[in-house]
Amino acid sequence: MMINSVKVEEKLFQNRYVVDEGRPHISISEPLKASPALRTLVDICPAGCWSVQPDGQLSGTLDGCFECGTCRIVAKAVGQEIQWAYPRGGYGILYKFG
Amino acid sequence: MPERFDAIVVGAGPAGNAAALTLAEAGVSVLLLERGEYPGSKNVQGAIMYADQLQALIPDFRDDAPLERHIVEQRIWMLDDSAHVGTHYRSDGFNEELPNRYTIIRAQFDKWFAKKVQAAGALLICETTVTELLKDGDRVVGVRTDRAGGDIHADVVILADGVNALVAQRSGLRDELKPDNVALAVKEMHFLPEEVIQQRFNIGENEGVVIEAAGTITDGMLGTGFIYTNRESLSVGIGCLVSDFAASKTRPYDLLERFKQHPSIRPLLAGSEVKEYAAHLIPEGGYRAVPKVFGDGWLMAGDAGQFVNSLHREGSNMAMTTGRIAAETVIDLKREGKPMNGRNLSLYRKRLEDSYVMKDLRKYRDLPQVLHRNKQFVTTYPKLLAGAADTWFRVDGVDKRSKERQIVRSFLKGRSLRGLVGDALRLARAVR
Ligand SMILES: Cc1cc2nc3c(=O)[nH]c(=O)nc-3n(C[C@H](O)[C@H](O)[C@H](O)COP(=O)(O)OP(=O)(O)OC[C@H]3O[C@@H](n4cnc5c(N)ncnc54)[C@H](O)[C@@H]3O)c2cc1C
Ligand code: SF4
Repeated sequence: MMINSVKVEEKLFQNRYVVDEGRPHISISEPLKASPALRTLVDICPAGCWSVQPDGQLSGTLDGCFECGTCRIVAKAVGQEIQWAYPRGGYGILYKFG
Repeated sequence: MPERFDAIVVGAGPAGNAAALTLAEAGVSVLLLERGEYPGSKNVQGAIMYADQLQALIPDFRDDAPLERHIVEQRIWMLDDSAHVGTHYRSDGFNEELPNRYTIIRAQFDKWFAKKVQAAGALLICETTVTELLKDGDRVVGVRTDRAGGDIHADVVILADGVNALVAQRSGLRDELKPDNVALAVKEMHFLPEEVIQQRFNIGENEGVVIEAAGTITDGMLGTGFIYTNRESLSVGIGCLVSDFAASKTRPYDLLERFKQHPSIRPLLAGSEVKEYAAHLIPEGGYRAVPKVFGDGWLMAGDAGQFVNSLHREGSNMAMTTGRIAAETVIDLKREGKPMNGRNLSLYRKRLEDSYVMKDLRKYRDLPQVLHRNKQFVTTYPKLLAGAADTWFRVDGVDKRSKERQIVRSFLKGRSLRGLVGDALRLARAVR
């Protein structure tokens, strides 16, 4: 009973974020070739932050990030390093309910 | 602000708030640091709050805590694609004077809790992310924050920064989480008028219902879905192991959407307005995943130490207990004039072993592995149970003895006698 994929952007639209312009808290220092294992991030990130560029590189747009840590853990488990830190104090997701 | 405290607590969730409150009440100078705009602004929970451990900290919490509803009914559902089989336990006995379980909304609850901590004399500073620990050799002597000139010293640091435990990781005090030791949960807040919730769930003004759901809704992954009634909203969520999400490449929001569309769930949510979508990790590795939780100048409490009983959905209570016991250990050492070294602070781990926290985690220590290796508990069984119920309740001219045989045959076909007996034993051993 698989339904069509929902648009995660529409869900994120409800949320409040304080974006730290120009200071992403997650980054990839070396360009990361999106290996099959890393491609899973495109699907399993709950905010849909990751995509694979036409040149095969993994790329993140973190505006909707929940700071959950899933991408860091999955990347590390396949021997890849994502520079992952919490945003500066006060920035990032701001739950009204949580 | 002074640059030195007796104790620094990192994180104002249930663990950090409990620790800081206990310390402040004993007259220990304590700084509580929180990265969110306000305590709770980063935190996600179902959320069921168990009164017992909060009461141990704030006996009269019911007077002003932001509580939603007390639980009078627990529903446990096994779902296949079109049906659910379940047990309900409802009792007027839960309408007691001091109820045992409440639904809460964490962004409001944590804020309230931290106000109590401030009132007790702790200094709370929000919008401040701790980036690493300050060390003198192997000894932790304070924290570094992301504020200018943000180094602060203390005799002891209590790490209550939650499941990712980044501060400890950065400082080499613990390893990265493993994908099969941690679940990813997504959740939505569905708003409905209070009266509609009460009618739909057959409850009175302050009464609440918990629905825990397992089965084919998780698509073969280990995990559960839930619906909790708040005053004028429903918390609706689903979570599965990160390793299972990764292996099946399932989109968490698709899984949540599918859960919401299940014919047993959909009518409960009809007409609701969604006001938030959230995601958070839950430590699920149990006893064997608990890291070293003390050392020279530091202690670790709550999710950072993996103190979650996932079978019983207990996390916030364990966070409060471990936070409180960490603080009590510090208070006792301080009274006796003993240094906060690893040897003395090991008393914390010993006290945890004697508490329900480690006793319960130890009891279920094999469960994560057993469930991990035996996915039939979330795939085959829900279907078999729903099929059996369907056969049994359908009145169609087939005699009851034949129906019994049909059900037994379906189980033998679905799982074989050996499989059935083995599963029963495996499960019994893992939870006994
Ligand atoms: C979907 C879901 C449902 C759940 N349902 C239940 C339930 O019904 N009942 C239950 O008992 N438990 C439940 N849990 C588990 C429960 O939420 C956790 O066990 C509990 O929140 C742990 O408390 P904590 O204080 O250890 O961590 P957290 O609540 O995560 O608090 C950590 C705090 O530290 C702060 N922080 C983190 N890093 C830093 C830093 N570097 N500097 C400064 N501050 C920092 C964070 O902002 C946060 O405020 C659920 C969890 C989830 C995700
Ligand atoms: S931390 Fe979570 S939400 Fe943010 S990019 Fe990683 S997986 Fe996505």
